[in-house]
Amino acid sequence: MLQFTGLSEINGPLIALEGVPNAAFEEMVSLKMDNGENRFGRIVQIDGGRAVIQVFEGTRGMSLDNTRTTLLGHPMEMPLSPELLGRTFNGAGRPIDGLGEVFCEKSADINGKPLNPVSREYPRNYINTGISSIDALATLIRGQKLPIFSGSGMGHNKLAVQIVRQARLSGADADSFVIVFAAMGVKNDIADYFKRSFEEAGVMEKVVMFLNLSNDPIIERILTPRCALTVAEYLAFERGMHVLVIMTDVTSYCEALREFSSSKGEIPGRKGFPGYLYSDLASLYERAGIVEGCPGSVTQVPILTMPNDDITHPVPDLTGYITEGQIVLDRQLDQTGVYPPISVLPSLSRLMKDGIGEGYTRADHSDCSNQLFASYAKVQDARALASVIGEEELSDTDKKYMFFGRKFEEHFVNQGAQEDRPVEKTLDLGWQLLSLLPREELDRVSGKVLDRFYKPEEAAEKFA
Amino acid sequence: MQPVVYSINGPVITVEGATGFQMMEMVYVGEKRLIGEVINISSSRTTIQVYEVTTGLRPGEPVAGTGGPLCATLGPGILSNIFDGIERPLDVIAKQSGAFIPEGSDIPALNIEKQWDTTIRVKEGDRIKGGEVYATCQETSIIENRALCPPDLTGTVVSAAPDGAYRVFDPLVVVEDGQGVRHELCLAHKWPIRVPRPVAERRPIERPLITGQRVIDTLFPVAKGGTAAVPGGFGTGKTMTQHQLAKWSDADIIVYIGCGERGNEMTQVLKEFGELIDPKSGKPLTARTVLIANTSNMPVAAREASIYTGITLAEYYRDMGYHVAVMADSTSRWAEALREISGRLEEMPAEEGFPAYLPSRISQFYERAGYMENLNGTEGSVTIIGAVSPQGADFSEPVTQNTKRFVRCFWALDKSLAYARHYPAINWNTSYSEYLDDLAPWYAKNISPDFMACRQRIANLLLEENKLMEIVKLIGSDVLPDDQKLVIETARLIRVGLLQQNAYHRDDTYVPLPKQLKMMQVALYFYDRCSAVIAQNLPISEILETGLLDSIVKIKYDVPNDRLDLFDNYYKEIDSKLEQLVRQL
Repeated sequence: MLQFTGLSEINGPLIALEGVPNAAFEEMVSLKMDNGENRFGRIVQIDGGRAVIQVFEGTRGMSLDNTRTTLLGHPMEMPLSPELLGRTFNGAGRPIDGLGEVFCEKSADINGKPLNPVSREYPRNYINTGISSIDALATLIRGQKLPIFSGSGMGHNKLAVQIVRQARLSGADADSFVIVFAAMGVKNDIADYFKRSFEEAGVMEKVVMFLNLSNDPIIERILTPRCALTVAEYLAFERGMHVLVIMTDVTSYCEALREFSSSKGEIPGRKGFPGYLYSDLASLYERAGIVEGCPGSVTQVPILTMPNDDITHPVPDLTGYITEGQIVLDRQLDQTGVYPPISVLPSLSRLMKDGIGEGYTRADHSDCSNQLFASYAKVQDARALASVIGEEELSDTDKKYMFFGRKFEEHFVNQGAQEDRPVEKTLDLGWQLLSLLPREELDRVSGKVLDRFYKPEEAAEKFA
Repeated sequence: MQPVVYSINGPVITVEGATGFQMMEMVYVGEKRLIGEVINISSSRTTIQVYEVTTGLRPGEPVAGTGGPLCATLGPGILSNIFDGIERPLDVIAKQSGAFIPEGSDIPALNIEKQWDTTIRVKEGDRIKGGEVYATCQETSIIENRALCPPDLTGTVVSAAPDGAYRVFDPLVVVEDGQGVRHELCLAHKWPIRVPRPVAERRPIERPLITGQRVIDTLFPVAKGGTAAVPGGFGTGKTMTQHQLAKWSDADIIVYIGCGERGNEMTQVLKEFGELIDPKSGKPLTARTVLIANTSNMPVAAREASIYTGITLAEYYRDMGYHVAVMADSTSRWAEALREISGRLEEMPAEEGFPAYLPSRISQFYERAGYMENLNGTEGSVTIIGAVSPQGADFSEPVTQNTKRFVRCFWALDKSLAYARHYPAINWNTSYSEYLDDLAPWYAKNISPDFMACRQRIANLLLEENKLMEIVKLIGSDVLPDDQKLVIETARLIRVGLLQQNAYHRDDTYVPLPKQLKMMQVALYFYDRCSAVIAQNLPISEILETGLLDSIVKIKYDVPNDRLDLFDNYYKEIDSKLEQLVRQL
């Protein structure tokens, strides 16, 4: 293999090499420094004989003449084997748990390839999380990508751990459920928290962890989700497992991408993020799904922190356009002590309608959730009015809405971090809460359904 | 000397030294023969955008020109099919390469082996000119495919094959033009995607595209040959609206372009349309639908091309005399693809990084819609309905603003309506349709002379409610006088009973225009009768207790689409209940 001595330019995480005759776009390179240290990089731009390389571990200590470069002849690949389960890797996919290299069955390009829409299977079966506001109102479906939009300091990590601990598949598939966890730029103690929680829940041997901490190189952070998803696709589509991929924190990932883009001198788009942020995020999120004829599935729960709780920031905004819904956490609920602080109205699961009801959850599921959404939306109007004229002055109906809203948050949204609520109990609770309202206000459901579920006396007693 | 790759930057590559390329020429790049298009030429360099992933491409690999622009293949076999952004059949790719799409698959758009039962419509010695039909075949159970003479060709038929089964590239007819040059015509031909197909003339717009969606047909109708934009933040139901229109609108052909959107959604369209039966023809919806799928993780340059591929297919069927509706979901992704390529070319950006030519590209796209008289004398139309995904749901961003300038119908989707699960979440205060005047004569003639007047009263009530709500927000509804309370209650009736529509309900998912009119009339009759009794000092609270409102709201579920006679009962119920109240008074 050809080796090149010296570099022609170093700029942030990027180096340039002149006189490379046969470099391939996105080819991997190995960089050997005079002190014996070995680093890896990837070719990101080619101009005739000049190749621009991004160095994963950063360029610290490199000079124009202390480095020798070898082209490795293949794009970045991830070694794959069922033995990955239970292992921990760094952001670039190398083991950091001291258990040695992975004996791999095969390896695959971490960029993956787009899944042909013709070969996709439309996701239909739900994942029970035991969390009322998710199961009833924004149901997680196998093969879906459903992000959690949070803000700094809110309990998104706790919620993610609870989802991992309680997520259950129905029936025969229950054994083949595994988790791929990708940490991108998270703090050391958060990574520890996840690790500890997985151990406590006794699921560690079913987890593949990729850790890129906030002080690790940003170039590795760009690779982290791709390595993780390559592993997920392998486990799902070649080993027939149901894989839940948790990626946190997508905002740090996007900031790494911005840093990299600006060091390449690219023209920035909104808030300095590169113009291709949408395509880049899509290349991650779209890797969720089910392949026709394969028993497995890839489900994604990306977590992102909205800077300044702003849902119109490019990262949550573009994410929302790609993912199939979102679960939004709300700071006000968080401050009032409601856990999980899920803001019900902006939360949504697009695939929910086909994965609930008879045969999946319960026949009355969609009626219950539609009516809860509609009624809770009216609570907001009543609250807005109350903040102007005072609660005392409200009409009787509006007062009932205020009461319903409080009880809904206290009893339905709020639940313990260890509480695993079955979906039947969740739906019954929903109907009980709706029974606090006058019957004619429940305009989204038919009389027949109401006859069965509308029990005002029972509700009044329970929530007195 | 064979031109070779010099530099590579994502989907943009350059070729050094070669001068033989034309602007917009289609080229094959590298050993894998990736498909690309020439977008910039200077004396030293030619810049090419590649429609596939360039990973693994090396400088020095060959670049081969094709001598012509990027073309769509037009012929029987397009309908019921699903293509990628540059018209490669995705089902064939899946069969050849498995679930994941590889790069460099050079597959013909149409099945070139399939035999079509063809009827030849010309005979030796006939004069033929551009646009005229020389052969027909049954493309799907409901659509007849008509092979049309190329627009620039006029001449005499010197030989014509007998009727029979032919493949798409079998020569059927030979035409000799004025210069004595002979042209072989087959069932299929190619057309450059960026060039609008010529027509005889643009006809005035006068017929609505009936969609069965009340808020659209009644309040903000779109015309056949018109343009509409559906802007909305994520989760407001753009895709759902597009799906409903694709399913129910009364176009002959639907071209559905999934441009930079979700893979699962395309799968859903594919599965659902195969199962759904078109109410008019009784055949599966796929028999009139073609899908273009460039999902968000497919190469970005092909996303830019997918819009043009789609509109070219639409124009092809228009020229046969069909009414075609194009759903483009979403044009913002297309604009972002333009931005991405423009950034890689290091062009000077205008607003928010978008290139300065964004408005002209958007207008060129929408101007390909229209109600046309074709070269062969038939009439056909292309209607474009484009979804827009504004960044941060902010309608002042460049794509929404520029789209607004070039479309005549604007269905603004509203986040707060979507949060309250009011679907379709089309906001009646910010949406508009400029086609109302054009279409009024049609509604008067075909539905009822009352239609537009009713529509106007409905719109006024909603407007009135909007004003009253400002007061209610400040001081509550209790203080309003009864006649204003009635406006609020009637407006609620209109919102819930008329504008909200349940896409999953058997009857409510598509409502024919006569029923839409009846529903408006009942609501207005209720309002008029109540106004009269309130003027006689009957308190509104008593009217509300009768349950009349509730039963009128549920008309959409209780009255089947083919039982319009049941409406009489509602008039009787209103009369009897109100009379009873007046008597008690």
